[in-house]
Amino acid sequence: MESLESDDRMGQSLPSSDSISHAPYERSRISSQGLPQRRERRQYGSEAVQAQRFARRVGWFSIGLGVTELVAPGMVGRITGTRASRGWIRLGGVREIVYGVGIVSRRKPIGWLRSRVLSDFLTFVTLGKAVASPDTARLRVAGTVAAVAGISLLDIHAVERLTAVAGEIEDDDDSIQVTKSIQISRPAAEIYRFWRDFNNLPRVMAHLDSIEVIDAERSRWSARGPAGKQIEWEAELIEDRPDESIAWRSVEGSTVENSGSVKFTTAPGGGTLLHVELSYRPPAGRLGVIIAKLLGEEPALQLEEDLRRLKQLMETGEIVTTQGQSAGRTRSRSLKYDHAGRRLAAAF
Amino acid sequence: MKATCWYGKHDVRVEEVNDPEILNQRDAVIKVTQTAICGSDLHLYNGMIPTMEAGDILGHEFMGEVVECGSEVKKLITCDRVVVAFPISCGHCCFCQKQLFSLCDNSNPNAAIAGKIFGQSPAGLFGYSHMLGGFAGGQAQYVRVPFADVGTIKIPEGIPDEKVLFLSDIFPTGYMAAENCDIEGGDTVAVWGCGPVGQFAMAGARLLGAERIIGIDRFPDRLQMAADKAGATDVINYEDTDVYETLMEMTGGLGPDACIDAVGMEAHLPGVLGAYDRVKQAVMLESDRPHVFRQAVRSCRKGGTLSVPGVYGGFDDKIPLGSIMNKGLTIKTGQTHVQRYLRPLLEKIERGEIDPSFVITHRMPLDDAPKGYDLFLNKEQDCMKVVLTP
Repeated sequence: MESLESDDRMGQSLPSSDSISHAPYERSRISSQGLPQRRERRQYGSEAVQAQRFARRVGWFSIGLGVTELVAPGMVGRITGTRASRGWIRLGGVREIVYGVGIVSRRKPIGWLRSRVLSDFLTFVTLGKAVASPDTARLRVAGTVAAVAGISLLDIHAVERLTAVAGEIEDDDDSIQVTKSIQISRPAAEIYRFWRDFNNLPRVMAHLDSIEVIDAERSRWSARGPAGKQIEWEAELIEDRPDESIAWRSVEGSTVENSGSVKFTTAPGGGTLLHVELSYRPPAGRLGVIIAKLLGEEPALQLEEDLRRLKQLMETGEIVTTQGQSAGRTRSRSLKYDHAGRRLAAAF
Repeated sequence: MKATCWYGKHDVRVEEVNDPEILNQRDAVIKVTQTAICGSDLHLYNGMIPTMEAGDILGHEFMGEVVECGSEVKKLITCDRVVVAFPISCGHCCFCQKQLFSLCDNSNPNAAIAGKIFGQSPAGLFGYSHMLGGFAGGQAQYVRVPFADVGTIKIPEGIPDEKVLFLSDIFPTGYMAAENCDIEGGDTVAVWGCGPVGQFAMAGARLLGAERIIGIDRFPDRLQMAADKAGATDVINYEDTDVYETLMEMTGGLGPDACIDAVGMEAHLPGVLGAYDRVKQAVMLESDRPHVFRQAVRSCRKGGTLSVPGVYGGFDDKIPLGSIMNKGLTIKTGQTHVQRYLRPLLEKIERGEIDPSFVITHRMPLDDAPKGYDLFLNKEQDCMKVVLTP
C-alpha cells in the first residue's frame, strides 16, 4: 500500500520529544461551525407530523391488543363475551400484530389502516351473529361491539388525516440511508483529490472490492453484499465541485440502486469536515433490509469505520492495524474485533 | 519468542509465541531489555477489564533496543536504546497536535467499541484489551511499536535501565497527576494510594513546590517509603484512623487544596459500605468500586482540585455530584499524555533531581512473571514494584 508523500503534509513536523513543551492541558477549540445542514426534506408541517403520530399510536395499540390476544386468549374470550375458541382468538392476535407492525413501520400507512378497517368490519359480522344467538353474555358482547366500533372510528379518522397530508409525506421507499460526519486535519483539496479518484475508495471502504474508472463520468463498482454475495454496478458522477462536493449514483437498471455524496467544508483551525451520505435499495425491498440487518450488516457502523480509516490514511499515511501481530494463540481471535481490516489486508 | 500471555482471571503464562514484525512502515521492532508490571495490569489479572482474549500479550511499561525500523521511521536507527510510551499516538491528529497524546484519534483499530462505551475512543494502548486496540504488549522478548517516532525517547549512554524504565508510564503518570493539581506555594496535597503511581505523584508534588504532602494507605511499608523516599510530610494509615476526620484536623477544617486519587477502580474498603460496591461489582451491576473517589471529593477543600490518575472503566454508583458542584471542585483526569513528559522528566533524572528506581522492590526474569503478578497483587514481601528482565 503506497503511503502519502511527506511533501504533501501541512508543513507540520512530527512533534519529537525534543520540542514538546509540558504546558498543562488546554481546552480544545474544535467546534461544529461549518457543519453542513442536514437534508431539508424531512421537515414536515405539524399537521403531517401529528397525523403520522396518530397513525403510529393506532399501530402500537394494535400490537398491544394482538399480544394480549396471543398471550391470554382465555381471558380475552371471557371479557369480550364471545365463545370463540382460543385458537381463533390467537389467530386474531397474530392478525392484529401484523397490522400493527405494518402501520408502525411505514411513513404513510394508509393501505394498512384501510385493511384494518376492513377486518374490523369482519369482526362486527362475527360479533353480530353472537349477539343474535341466545346463549351468550349479551351485555358483554354488546360492550365489545361498541369497543370495536370505537376502534374502527379511530382507524377511519387516521386514514382521513393521513390522506389530507398525503402529498407532503414522501412514499415509503424501502431504502437504507446512512449519513456520517468526520473531521480530518488535512486541507479539503487533498481529501477531495483522494476521493475524486474513485480507485482509492476500496482502500478505505471495506465493502468495496474494486472500482474501475471507465471515463470522466462513469465507473464500474464491485462490492460484497450481505452473506458475501458479489454485486456489481455501473455508477455515474452527478456532481463534481472541486474541493466542495462529489455525488454519484448507480445508472438505471442496476441490481442494487444506490447513490452517495460527500461534502467538504473547512473546519476552524484549518482541518476539514466531511459530510457523507449513502443510500441504497436492497433488491428484496423492506424484507431485504431486515435480512441484511440480521446478517450483521450495520451500514451506519460500516460507514463510520470506513471514514475512520480514511482519516488515518490522510493524517498519518497508514491504516492502523494489529493483523499479523504476535499473540499467544495459533489462530488469532482478535480478528473478531478487526473484521473489516481482514479483507483490506488480503486485498493489499 | 517468549511472552507473558493472559488466559483468564489470575491466569498468566509465559509462552513461546511468534516474533513481531513490521506491519506498517512507521513501526519499529524493539528488543526488550527491561519491563515492569503495572498496577493497572492487576485489573487485567483480576478479570475486571472486558474485551480480553485468551492469548493476549500483556505489558505496557517497557524499554529496549531497536532491532528493526519501517521505511518511514525517521528518528530511530537500529541499536538505539529507547523507552517506549504506553499510549500509541500518531502525532498528526488534532489531539496529538495539542499534546493530548493519550487521546489520539488514529491509533485504535477498534475505536468503534470504545466509542460506544465512552462516546469517542481514546488512543490505543499496549497490552490493554481489544477495546483499546488489542496491541501486543511488552512483557516479552520483543515488541512491535507503531508510530515509533512519536512514542519513543532515546536514552543517552551511561544511565542504567532501571533509572529510566518508568518514563514509560508511572513516573509521567504521577507527575501529570501532580501537575493537574495546579500546585501553588504553600499548598497541601493529599494522595490516596501509596503504590508506585502514588509515590511518583508525591514526588511530583514535591518537585512542583507543595508544602505539605499527605500519603494515605494501609500498608506500613508503603507509608514508610512515601515518607522516606517520595517526599511525603505526613502519612495516614486508614485502618487506624478515619481519613476525612484526620485530614480535617490536619488542615484546620479546610481540607487539602488538592486531592489525588491514585487508587482507581478496585479500591479497598472493609466493612458494610465496602460490601455494597464489592457485591455489585461481583454481579456486574457496577463496573468499579469508587470508594476513594467519593472520599476524596468529601475531603477536598472547597474550590480545590481533584486529580484522578487512577484507572476507572465504566459507570459507577453514588458519585457525590452534589458535593462536587456545591463545593466548586475542579476535576482533572485522564490517561497520561506520556510523550509530552518524556524529555522534561528525562532531564530531571539526568540532573539528579529524582531517581525513579526507588520504587523497585523485586527483580526477576521474565519466566517468573506469573509469580511476579501474584506477589504484586497480594503485596507480599513488601512488594512495591516488580521489574522483569527477558
